Amino acid sequence: MAIKFDVARYGKPVLFIVCLLPLLWLAYKAFFMGLGANPIEKISRYTGDWTLRLLLITLAVTPLRILAGVSLVKYRRMLGLFTFFYVCLHFFNWLVIDNFFDVDSMLKDVIKHPYVTVGFAAFVLLIPLAVTSTNAMIKRLGKNWKRLHQAVYAIALLGVVHYLWLVKADNREPLIYVAILVALLGVRVWDQTRRKVALRSARAVAT
Amino acid sequence: MLIRVRKASEVKPSEITARRVYEARRNFLKIATGAALSAAGVSLFGVPAAHAGTKLSNLGKSRYSTTEPVNSLQDITSYNNFYEFGVEKEEPAQMAKNFVTTPWSIAVEGEVAKPAVYQLEDFIKPHALEERIYRLRCVEAWSMVIPWVGIPLADIIKRLQPTSKAKYVEFVTLHDPARMPGQKRSVLPWPYREGLRMDEAMHPLAILAVGLYGEVLPNQNGAPIRLVVPWKYGFKNIKSIVKLRFVEQQPATTWAVQGPREYGFFANVNPDVDHPRWTQSKERRIGEFLKRKTLKFNGYEEEVASLYAGMDLAKFY
Repeated sequence: MAIKFDVARYGKPVLFIVCLLPLLWLAYKAFFMGLGANPIEKISRYTGDWTLRLLLITLAVTPLRILAGVSLVKYRRMLGLFTFFYVCLHFFNWLVIDNFFDVDSMLKDVIKHPYVTVGFAAFVLLIPLAVTSTNAMIKRLGKNWKRLHQAVYAIALLGVVHYLWLVKADNREPLIYVAILVALLGVRVWDQTRRKVALRSARAVAT
Repeated sequence: MLIRVRKASEVKPSEITARRVYEARRNFLKIATGAALSAAGVSLFGVPAAHAGTKLSNLGKSRYSTTEPVNSLQDITSYNNFYEFGVEKEEPAQMAKNFVTTPWSIAVEGEVAKPAVYQLEDFIKPHALEERIYRLRCVEAWSMVIPWVGIPLADIIKRLQPTSKAKYVEFVTLHDPARMPGQKRSVLPWPYREGLRMDEAMHPLAILAVGLYGEVLPNQNGAPIRLVVPWKYGFKNIKSIVKLRFVEQQPATTWAVQGPREYGFFANVNPDVDHPRWTQSKERRIGEFLKRKTLKFNGYEEEVASLYAGMDLAKFY
């Protein structure tokens, strides 16, 4: 007798734990192996990496439906909220540990240095999306909810640019993120054009 | 029509060893003999073979050493910017593990009395080794305190007798992607090049380092010989040097070529001149929690400021 995994019942709890694994791994390393000579930089890089990865995974839900017919849409909210969770870790590492509330120098950083500006903007723009992720808010906002949450495309762009602009010479890794983002958005554009064309020809046939 | 008649004794083109093959063979012989000799604890010159961990004795002290607490050997050898062995900080310690630095030769070229190729041992032998505990400030806004062992660059330059035409000295790192795997990707225009104006090179703070913590320099820190100019950003401190060239014109230096808007020839530590993408006013000393203020010329203002009298340091960054 095959043991069947009850996806409906355990899917979300399992995903929840999976999304926590990067943080648990970081904590494990911090306690048992150390985070190297510059732990603050390590935490910043690590939480930044996982923010971008989760953001791209969240944005892969729709393309996966379009291309493979697999719908993971009921997990998308959790993926999005974990993206927000990791960006919060990233932000508070910067605010508390890296700069120890040196607000003056952080403000200067945000204003003067474009990679900080775009990163900060992406973080701030994610806040309303996280706040409006509840069922009640979805209901309350109606059509506007979708409009608001389309901001995620701009946020993703700001996020990968933030990474691209901070590297010194080797931009291979940030360019991989850029390429994935372009591909994910490309699938959406391709799908919408295809649908429009289909709709137009259907109308043409009807008249 | 000219027909070339081959003499019976002449070597046929097919019998000439291809350049690639003989170079590989030579390299193999070099590495094999070097490794064999260093394994036996000797070098071609009868002095102990230089590999990391070998104790260096009779080190002189220097008045230029700082009394600040020194960073741990672990920190200094596990957090390196040495793109020839990978772009991540932890990579050089791993990737440079098997880097063979014996034998090692240094070519001295250009405006100099006797251009020559020196074996490293001969290059160093005439000089006494000194310990120099210096601050190192990376352009990425972190810093360390490092107990180098080295020789004043001025002493070496005097011995090499540059001509009056020599206005700058250019340094070149080994270019050998087989031994420096990071060079297989063109992250930077290889080989790495650096340069100093003659008066900078002759300054008593400038040294060529061959050791760290009283021992032979670990590979990931630029073995077997590297430049240390503590009032400049870390990237000026070129590693694994194979060539010194004395020249009349200011040489093109790697990071200034890579990003001329962000990195200049002088690269003096300066809290008032920001990197276009981040501030240089503060730094994190490795091992400390709160950032500290960056000091002009990395705290060596008293010693070196006169070198730049009258220069606009915002323009000549």
